[in-house]
Amino acid sequence: MTIWWSSWADFWAMGGHAFFVWMSYGALLVAVVVEVVLLQARRKRALAAIEEERELEAEN
Amino acid sequence: MNWFYFSSPSTFYTLAGRLAPWFFILAAALAAWGLYLGLLVAPTDAQQGAVYRVIFIHVPTAWMSMFLYFVMACYCGLTLVFNTRLSAMMARAIAPTGAMFTFIALWTGAFWGRPTWGTYWVWDARLTSELVLLFLYSGYIALSNAFEDPRRGDRAAALLALIGVVNLPIIYFSVQWWNTLHQGSSVSFKGTSMHVTMLTGMLVMSAAAWMYAIGATLVRVRSVILERERRAQWVRDAGAA
Repeated sequence: MTIWWSSWADFWAMGGHAFFVWMSYGALLVAVVVEVVLLQARRKRALAAIEEERELEAEN
Repeated sequence: MNWFYFSSPSTFYTLAGRLAPWFFILAAALAAWGLYLGLLVAPTDAQQGAVYRVIFIHVPTAWMSMFLYFVMACYCGLTLVFNTRLSAMMARAIAPTGAMFTFIALWTGAFWGRPTWGTYWVWDARLTSELVLLFLYSGYIALSNAFEDPRRGDRAAALLALIGVVNLPIIYFSVQWWNTLHQGSSVSFKGTSMHVTMLTGMLVMSAAAWMYAIGATLVRVRSVILERERRAQWVRDAGAA
C-alpha cells in the first residue's frame, strides 16, 4: 500500500498500538463534531430568543 | 480606512458570517492533507513505532491550547483597558474552543503516555500546568456567566484570564525548568530534530487546527452578539438574518 503499511489491516493495527492511536484520533473527531453541534444549537437558541422577544412586543 | 468600523458588533456580525465558512473549508482541506501526510506518508518512528503518530494531533492541539489562551487574554486586556464590547464577546467566543483543544491535548497525551511511559498520567510539571490551563478556561467560562449583568461578567472573567497568563510560560518552559517525564521540544525557533515529512505533517495539522479555531470562534461570536444585542434595533431590523 505504502512503504510503511503493507495493507489497510496493517494500517488499522498501528503496529499493535491501535487502541492508543485511535482513541486519540477518535476523541478529536468526537470533540469537533460535538462542538459543531453545540455551535448550531446555540445559534438556534439565540435566534429563537429574538423571535420570542419580537412576538412579546407585538402583543403589547 | 476606519479601523473601528469592524469593532462594532453589528458590522462584525456580518463580516464573521461571511468569513466563517471559508475558514472551515480551509481547515477541512488542511486536515485532509495533514492526516494523509501524518498517517500514510510520514515514516514510522524507529524507537516508538506507529504509536508516535499521535503526535500529529497532540502537538497541534497543545500549541493551539496555549495560543488561543494568549489571544483570549489579549482580548481580555482590551476589554479591561478600553471597555470595548466586541473584545469581551471575542474572548467569550474563544474560550470553549480553547478548552476543547486543551482537553484533547491532555487526552491524546494520556493515550500516548500509556504505551511509551507506562502510565496515562503523572504529576509532572508539563502535564500539571496544562491541566491548570484547562481549569483556567473553565474558570473563565464559569465566571463570565456568573453575573446578572454580562458586562460585569466580562470584566471579572477578563481579570482572571489575565492573571492566568503567567501559566503560559510555565507550560512552555516546564520541560526545561524541571526534570519532567515529558520530553523537550522537538521543534523550536532554532530548528528541529524531526524528519521533514513528520514536521510538515505536524505543521499542516497545526494550520488546520488554527483555521478551525478561527471558524468556530467566528460562528460562536455571532451567537454571543445576538444574545447580548437582542434588544438592539439592528438585530430586530435584520429580521434575525
